[in-house]
Amino acid sequence: MSMIHVNTKVNGDEAEFLCDPRETLLDVLRDQLNLTGSKEGCGTGDCGACSVTLDGRLVCSCLVLAVEAEGHEIGTVEGIAEGETLHPLQQKFIEYAALQCGICTPGILVAAKSLLEKNPDPTESEVRYWLAGNLCRCTGYDKIIRAVMDTAKDMREAS
Amino acid sequence: MALDDQKGGFKFIGTRPNRPDGLDKVTGRARFGADAHASGMLHAAILRSPHAHARIKKIDTSRAEAAKGVKAIVTRADFTQSLQPAPGMKGENWNILENVMAGDTALYDGHAVAAVAATSALAAKDALKLIEVEYEPLPHVTDVDKAMQADAPVIREGVAAGTVPKGLHPNVAGYHESGHGDVEAGFAEADLVVEDHFVTEATHQGYIEPHACLAQLGADGKGELWCCTQGHWNVQKVCAALLDLETSQLRVTASEIGGGFGGKTAVFIEPVALALSRKANRPVKLVMSRAEVFRATGPTSSTSMDVKIGMKKDGTITAAQGVFRLQGGAFPGAPADMTAMCAFAPYALKNVHQIGYDVMTNRPKQAAYRAPGSPMAAFGVESVIDELCNQLGLDPLDTRLKNASHEGTKASYGPKFQRIGLVETLEAAKAHPHYTAPLKPGQGRGISCGFWFNHGGETAVSLALSEDGTVQLAVGTPDIGGSRASMALMAAEVLGVPYDNIRVIIADTASLGYNEISHGSRVTYASGLATIKAAEDAVKKLCARAAAKWGIPEDAVKWEDGCAVPSGPNAGEFPPMPIAEITRKMGATGGPICGHFEATPEGAGVSFATHIVDSEVDPETGKTSVVRYTVVQDAGKAIHPTYVEGQFQGGAAQGIGWALNEEYIYGEDGRLQNPLFLDYRIPVASDLPMIDTVIVEVPNPGHPYGVRGVGETSICPPLAAIANAVSAAAGVRMRQLPMSPPRILEALEKQAGDG
Repeated sequence: MSMIHVNTKVNGDEAEFLCDPRETLLDVLRDQLNLTGSKEGCGTGDCGACSVTLDGRLVCSCLVLAVEAEGHEIGTVEGIAEGETLHPLQQKFIEYAALQCGICTPGILVAAKSLLEKNPDPTESEVRYWLAGNLCRCTGYDKIIRAVMDTAKDMREAS
Repeated sequence: MALDDQKGGFKFIGTRPNRPDGLDKVTGRARFGADAHASGMLHAAILRSPHAHARIKKIDTSRAEAAKGVKAIVTRADFTQSLQPAPGMKGENWNILENVMAGDTALYDGHAVAAVAATSALAAKDALKLIEVEYEPLPHVTDVDKAMQADAPVIREGVAAGTVPKGLHPNVAGYHESGHGDVEAGFAEADLVVEDHFVTEATHQGYIEPHACLAQLGADGKGELWCCTQGHWNVQKVCAALLDLETSQLRVTASEIGGGFGGKTAVFIEPVALALSRKANRPVKLVMSRAEVFRATGPTSSTSMDVKIGMKKDGTITAAQGVFRLQGGAFPGAPADMTAMCAFAPYALKNVHQIGYDVMTNRPKQAAYRAPGSPMAAFGVESVIDELCNQLGLDPLDTRLKNASHEGTKASYGPKFQRIGLVETLEAAKAHPHYTAPLKPGQGRGISCGFWFNHGGETAVSLALSEDGTVQLAVGTPDIGGSRASMALMAAEVLGVPYDNIRVIIADTASLGYNEISHGSRVTYASGLATIKAAEDAVKKLCARAAAKWGIPEDAVKWEDGCAVPSGPNAGEFPPMPIAEITRKMGATGGPICGHFEATPEGAGVSFATHIVDSEVDPETGKTSVVRYTVVQDAGKAIHPTYVEGQFQGGAAQGIGWALNEEYIYGEDGRLQNPLFLDYRIPVASDLPMIDTVIVEVPNPGHPYGVRGVGETSICPPLAAIANAVSAAAGVRMRQLPMSPPRILEALEKQAGDG
């Protein structure tokens, strides 16, 4: 099967790759662009560990074909911090122990950041429903929800 | 130092610093099982049986071998031929081999039969379709009760351990019986006896990271293996046995681990990747898909249980007995013994008797799942106690307090309890505002106790000081939930150096002595104890250097706040000598300063928990919501309280999934029908409330700081606590898990019909 040439932008940088038409965006991010922060937990869009943004929209990269990235901008967990400065969500997740094993953390951070960009003052229910597509098996979500709520509060107060 | 002297005297223990690996984990930098690459690396895929039970008559790999990009194919012939099956657990390496790659028979849907390594993951998957396997389907059984019946197909003859009574079906692989007193006499003394039957379905540990590894094995027998595992020394040992390697020639490095909960104590794909690598003479990466994880890695046992308890009107339990049948998949090893032993452990009983059956079926080999067996046993036992309390009009907490095990109690499973904290958890639960908070209409409250043994196990830790006085600490137990933070805290406490000056790593198998798997809630206990001892070993050496410098005896120097100081009447007057001053000159004063400790600590204190749950049942849909949840558990001593809370919350959440929704569903054809997260639905954020926690600290005499394991006990009470809450809310006793909407509706309809 012949490979397809794709031009895209990942975390602000131009990126190009050759891919099999069956490969997912997640496959290419991980195996070709060496951005292994996005994880494959299921490959069927049920766990959210592969969450990225596509032109600012939250998607499961395991459900996006790599060829669909042509001409679009991708945002991954590796692009959340600005240089050495962590995003407030990242800081708060460490502080609150909002992770245990950490495998779901990249996806949850991408999803939570996307929520706060849309809704800077979410209720607990809104956070819980927004993150319902991101499975965490370790924490029972308690500390994750608190970290997101508290980050939102800090960010509102800072702005 | 005696525990009492330590009380309140800690500088680091009990604080809540950021975890050392936090930055890596929030930036995507942490490297998990599937995140490793090697130059020249091949990708592998495994062909699995579509049959629940079938003789493998022929495997033809010729077309696949000729396919583009294929570099190696392995079947059972590529593994050791020197292992033999044996009864019970004596043939465990053979069992693992048989599970890793089927021999002449496929024993369950998803059983591996062949594997391919190719130049890309897609090429490997494509090649699987070209492997031709000729199967002869055999009769199968997937239900535990059916597997014990006379007409059930035999999974494998000759497996039964010597302890199994004669006359049972060959599928009964193991048997346990224990207890004391005279249960019949006890039941005769009771004012009320309740006997009931309970059923739980198999659930999966559900770690979000599928099993993954990167293997390199050369013709010289030297290998390198990177994998996500709870115990890399065990992986090393098992892979060596399955591939005829010398153990020390295989170096295993544990990646970051994306959850395990017991499920990554087992070995599944690592020997396959090594066999492929040896054959292809290239590094091989093998990553399971989610469906493979569900079909072919260990769920916990499903169970069928009978529990009978007698009680006096005042709440005294007069006798208790239980029969626990555990379905363990196509191999021996289901935790029937532990299930039976945990069942009545919370209670001081004069008359108790328990039996466990380990039963084989055509399902994947069960693997440990957080306190294996205990949650199911508690579901049966604590449901019956709840029913007794309801019928006798007794308060469920007071009744449990009345019967609670305490120091000196002869445990239901034999030994005498040392200092334990069950009474303290019950009293804390009673004092918690949750217990007396009013319930809304349609809601019910349930409580349950839970018990787990905890474990010590082989442990080796090494600690090296750097010239600048900072510390490198190497432990051998993979960090599943923040254990690097607690190790650093314990080392800081002994050494008196800042927490941030300690770098903790999980060492590979070539760098430390044997470390048992991260299981049995043993890490903070055993690796923690070893860390403390290793740090004390280093302190002793630091004091000796200071003594030599000052020209005074070694025992005239003590360690305080990171400094050597003279101690005793004849030590003389010297200013404190900080750690960095000693380490800076260590090359000239005797060489590197390291501390180490190797042992098999055996003082892991058992632990207890009490959970309180409020639930709400929608009578129209049968849907249950958990509206409030409180975990009260004895941690002995919480080294890093935030991560202790996390363990409590995580156990409760997994218990909620198990109680309400999760189950392995097999069709008549013996195939797993829900091998994806869409259909095997674990709790999501919108399913759960906040989970309140109370850390009780009754120190374990077997640990220098009083630590008890906390990881597993937290999943022991939820099944029963939720069942009791749901039964109260629905007004009907729920005896089967999960209490999914259809089951609740069925129970409600049956009750209406009976009424």
